[in-house]
Amino acid sequence: MSAVKYTRDHEWVKVEGKIATVGITDFAVQELGDLVYVELPAVGDEVRAGERLAAVESVKAASDVFAPVSGEVVEVNEALEDEAGLLNESPMDEAWIARIEMSDPKELDALMDRAEYDEFVKEASH
Amino acid sequence: MLELRKTPLYDAHVEAGGRMVDFGGWALPVQYTSILEEHRAVRERAGLFDVSHMGEIHLTGPDAMAFIQHLVTNDCSQMQVHQIVYSPMCYPDGGVVDDILIYRVCENDYWLVVNASNTDKDYDWITRNASGYDVTVSNISSKVAQVAIQGPVAQTILQRNTDCDLDSIKFFWCRPETTVAGRKCLVSRTGYTGEDGFEIYCKPEDARHIWDTLLEAGKTDGLIPAGLGARDSLRFEAALPLYGHEISQDISPLEGNLGFFVKLGKSEFIGREALSAQKERGLSSRVVGLELAGRGVPREGYPVMAEGREIGRITSGMFSPTFNKGLAMALITTEHARPGTALAIDIRGKAVPATVVKTPFYKKAYRKE
Repeated sequence: MSAVKYTRDHEWVKVEGKIATVGITDFAVQELGDLVYVELPAVGDEVRAGERLAAVESVKAASDVFAPVSGEVVEVNEALEDEAGLLNESPMDEAWIARIEMSDPKELDALMDRAEYDEFVKEASH
Repeated sequence: MLELRKTPLYDAHVEAGGRMVDFGGWALPVQYTSILEEHRAVRERAGLFDVSHMGEIHLTGPDAMAFIQHLVTNDCSQMQVHQIVYSPMCYPDGGVVDDILIYRVCENDYWLVVNASNTDKDYDWITRNASGYDVTVSNISSKVAQVAIQGPVAQTILQRNTDCDLDSIKFFWCRPETTVAGRKCLVSRTGYTGEDGFEIYCKPEDARHIWDTLLEAGKTDGLIPAGLGARDSLRFEAALPLYGHEISQDISPLEGNLGFFVKLGKSEFIGREALSAQKERGLSSRVVGLELAGRGVPREGYPVMAEGREIGRITSGMFSPTFNKGLAMALITTEHARPGTALAIDIRGKAVPATVVKTPFYKKAYRKE
């Protein structure tokens, strides 16, 4: 099963077994504009849900990316280090940011599905 | 929320998909499609900017020149009719009220072009200091719109739409009585991008026609509208100061690296004593360029470190679209200001190595002949 869940901070998380792949949403990328730099976490980092996982920077500003779930970072997308623009091209797929081995998969229950996220974005932009 | 002010080109921006933001109380586009794309268009071809929010203050009268000399730090005494001079305008303590362009539009008529968010403050400052001078001061900002066309092919495009011979306008000169797209304008060879280009001052009701005509006429040359994001990244690479960043009420023009525009040897002017004293004492800090050696993006407000100690702060910083690396301007202690000095920038708690470099980062391509 690989349902995609969403946070209120505009991260997405795709789950396969115990591994959660994390990125930022198409909406977030559209809002941020051209991304020019990504600060990745290190493999082995322990992260807690809601804490800073990474940072993405556009020409104008730096924005934090928060961990949607707790666990250990087991893989990072090094391609982003040389080509942050990948986030603009393929935010929901190729430009994933990190993979986390979840310590508490129940945390996923608090996240939104796509329909809920779309509704959330619609409300937020009014 | 406070109602934002709109320039005469507001509808044009919205129709073009501009992302409108609050810029000092004005609704202006930060970008249309992409800051990077708009930045590159200006460096390589041409971009069109709406700068109608800028303020214009008109000075007229027999004492206008003497009054300007009293107000600003640069020496305007040699200014010819149609010439333009850039200058800081200071408080008695040497802090900066604003940095402005002074246009001598005719013998005793001058336009001071000021930063949008400072317009009311400047007008108030100027009128308060005008006593004893035979000069009339008026804020004509709402009667003047402004469009800037900037980039290596700006002249080619503009020339097709004006009856003015643009070759005859030199860098920092203007032509007050000419037309663009058939409408009355003042045209100057000035800008805020580090590229050759022109600024077109017109009536608000003519702005849309001029905007649309130039965009259409420049389409095949690659002219696109450019927003505030690109305006900031372009001025930053050219190390042009931005009020509130490299200069402010608390950062003097000497500290802000604008010593060239402070003529302490000219007649009396507001701030002269304080600035002379500052120069004699020696500056404790000054604005320098920094190049990031490590990975990351330096941002305004980040601490600059030497041997683990904070020696200043970044005033403007970004990932430079032209050089593809993190660059910054920072106000740091003078003892660390020499080019080549190895420092560090505290980026979210991590010390990233950086080196002091000469500015501008981007060498101007102005046409000075």
